[in-house]
Amino acid sequence: MRTLRRAAVARLPRDLHPVAWWVWAIGMAAYASFTTNPLLLLLLVGVVSVVVAARRGEHPWARSFRLYVGLALFIVATRVLFRVLLGAVPGHVLIDLPEVPLPDWVLGIRLLGPITREALLAGLYDGMRLGAIVICVGAANALANPKRLLRSLPPALYEVGTAVVVAVTVLPQLAESVQRVRAAQRLRAGATGKVKRLRRFLVPVLEDALERSMALAAGMDTRGYGRTAGIPDATRRITSVLMLVSLVGLCVGVYAILDGTTPGWLAATMLVLGVGAAAGGLRLAGRRVTRTVYRPDRWRWPEIVVALSGIAVGAVGWWIAREQVPIAYPGVSTVPGVTLIALAGVLIGLVPAVAAPVPASLVQEEAAA
Amino acid sequence: MIELRRITFTPPDSSEQVLKDVDLTIEEGELLLVSGPTGSGKSTLLGVLAGLVPRFSGGALEGDLLLDGTSIIRTPPRERAGIIGYVGQDPVAGFVTDTVEEELAYGMEQLGLAPATMRRRVEETLDLLGIADLRQRSLRTLSGGQQQRVAIGSVLTTHPRVVVLDEPTSALDPTAAEDVLATVTRLVHDLGTSVVLAEHRLERVVPFADRIALLVGDGSVAVGDPADILETSPIVPPLVELGRELGWSPLPLTVRDARRRARGVALADRVGHLDMLDTSLDTGGLSARSLTVTRGRTPVLHDVSIDLPAGRVTALMGRNGSGKSTLLWTLQGTQKRLTGSVDVDGQDPATLDPDRRRELVGLLPQTAADLLYLETVAEECDAGGPRTREILDSLVPGIPDDQHPRDLSEGQRLALALSLILSTDPPVVLLDEPTRGLDYAAKHALSEILRDLTRAGKAVLVATHDVEFVAEAADDVVVLADGEVVSAGDVRSVTAESPAFAPQVSKVFGPGWLHVREIIEAVGER
Repeated sequence: MRTLRRAAVARLPRDLHPVAWWVWAIGMAAYASFTTNPLLLLLLVGVVSVVVAARRGEHPWARSFRLYVGLALFIVATRVLFRVLLGAVPGHVLIDLPEVPLPDWVLGIRLLGPITREALLAGLYDGMRLGAIVICVGAANALANPKRLLRSLPPALYEVGTAVVVAVTVLPQLAESVQRVRAAQRLRAGATGKVKRLRRFLVPVLEDALERSMALAAGMDTRGYGRTAGIPDATRRITSVLMLVSLVGLCVGVYAILDGTTPGWLAATMLVLGVGAAAGGLRLAGRRVTRTVYRPDRWRWPEIVVALSGIAVGAVGWWIAREQVPIAYPGVSTVPGVTLIALAGVLIGLVPAVAAPVPASLVQEEAAA
Repeated sequence: MIELRRITFTPPDSSEQVLKDVDLTIEEGELLLVSGPTGSGKSTLLGVLAGLVPRFSGGALEGDLLLDGTSIIRTPPRERAGIIGYVGQDPVAGFVTDTVEEELAYGMEQLGLAPATMRRRVEETLDLLGIADLRQRSLRTLSGGQQQRVAIGSVLTTHPRVVVLDEPTSALDPTAAEDVLATVTRLVHDLGTSVVLAEHRLERVVPFADRIALLVGDGSVAVGDPADILETSPIVPPLVELGRELGWSPLPLTVRDARRRARGVALADRVGHLDMLDTSLDTGGLSARSLTVTRGRTPVLHDVSIDLPAGRVTALMGRNGSGKSTLLWTLQGTQKRLTGSVDVDGQDPATLDPDRRRELVGLLPQTAADLLYLETVAEECDAGGPRTREILDSLVPGIPDDQHPRDLSEGQRLALALSLILSTDPPVVLLDEPTRGLDYAAKHALSEILRDLTRAGKAVLVATHDVEFVAEAADDVVVLADGEVVSAGDVRSVTAESPAFAPQVSKVFGPGWLHVREIIEAVGER
């Protein structure tokens, strides 16, 4: 009984650990990358949308999901369009467009020409795969607070993380500022030429962005951002050397793996050396940062369930791509089929819609209303 | 405790020193008010304390800054964070996180305090500022006054010895400003924190100040008791102006002081001074009926009707977020409305294209800089239309052609933006918060400009928080609350009804009296 009650406590309204959401989303994206089956991809997008609708909060970043859906649709449309423009897939002709004659030296490229059903479908499948991956990333963005995610970074990467946070925050502000300046510029007479009109928007928007960034930088600096503990110069130098070594090691190691002619032992040694030096460097560099975390996110069972569901989805995707190739990559000439395992694999992704706790911000809004 | 020694600052690309040999000591637990005309270097002085000048501003800084005898002039702002807390002019721009609690904890996280300490101090600060119920709220959804209090709280959690505040109430409505100032005085009284505060609207802060540092504009600073400094200061709140004119000594600093002194002042009958205008005479202007505007599903304006008669200045007041800006943009026609009608000379601006709309209604937006995009004043005037330069010269004469609009003073930039708006000669002019960052002289100039506009037969609507400016410039007042009109009418009757919107003079002499000038005249006639 007591354990049960304990377990229920973890599901009280709160924000789930952002890393859990990202693991889930990456798992979903991995599944999408392993298949071009339109039925499975549609189902996957549906599952992702259900989870987002069920578990996103009231924060500004939660509203970004629609943007990603728009981007995905755009990707699909462009893929199809390119297939039409540079067609040349034999099959059932839908519309017989005349081919644009090109000079002889552009070998292998055809412009326009008859549009076939196969060409359209190939473009559609391809675009849907990319679109689904984009939607998965969008879901992670909408569900996980990007700023809290960066709290989970190792201390040495804190500065990088902050830079990313600032960039993420500035974007919506930029959109706001564009809107304001557009409205304001309509209030006055001024240049109407194409280039000059662009300048009318750009100059105030950029000035505004610059001023905001400076104000934010000043605000962060006066609040103690970037304080360093008194670390001796020697340690700092050792850190730099370690980082350089790790970079060289990783580069050579990766090259050795990809290039089949290099001996295997070289790849292994260099990789181990690189990873080891990186770990050491990060640890040393982390000591320089003295900051602490206020009310850190805790990893409890809903986090584990959400992350595991993502991993499971990804694993099923990988298995299908190996074992059930016609399901994962259906041809364009026949109706794509599905199997029970493939369907079940996608549906595992629904687990977070139930397992994850309701975001705290959502409950507050209800209480306030 | 903190001592500035012979601080001299020269801004980049300039040979003129903004601060010249400034000596100033900040004592433990005092509230030091930094005052002076626009551009006299108030923000620079505060920036020197926080370490942002010259690090973020550029320029050359000489002299020394001592903390308990140790020089900290070369210490970067981040290393001063535990000792000096700084809140800039726009608190939103300085927010790093997105909820109240995290923002309060941010500074402590940087200092590396233990989690238990952080938790305790966050709770203490929430209580101290009276914002405990906002702890989970997103910073963007807070009202202006709440945001300012969170910003102050976020520097308090590190227990600094000095809190530096740059114009903490300039964007706030009168009630929110009082809340923030009450918080500030609580710091000084209860915690013994020193507070250094810059402010334009002296009437709000003078009663709380222990000392005043007056920057005259030539780089020198006069420091002393408020009553002594205000004796000769070029910028004074209305109360002090009144005291000076009537020869009161010592000068009254609070409304209570002034009331006691005013008992002995006999005034002529004030009825003769009520400049009653016949408002029933309808000669153009703007008339809007039952406007409703929604954002998503929440109403921003609800059934608002407003008349702007030609030849009168109407002031639009109300809390931060009560829908003032939305009303202005709706009257101008850019903001789409759900229902209602707007009528200017028989036309509805919402149905016109932007070019024709400009000829009907002029709107000066909150950030006047949004309008400007060219490199020199002359280019802006050329782009604005043939009459722009002429109008600019009539508003503020003598702005050089080759100056960059960014380098103008607040007042000059406002005038430039206003002349761009007025170049099409619209019969209705709307202004959104034009007094922000203006000193008394610039505000006076602005009210003269508005007067001239009404004399030319225009209808003027000014959204503002500044009650003293309203008393000086406006004929009528409309008060918005939560998207609805709660009171409207003659400026005397509205300010008489709501004490929050009453200027200092009417607090002293009773409703009906608005400015010092009237009192002087009334005394003179006796």
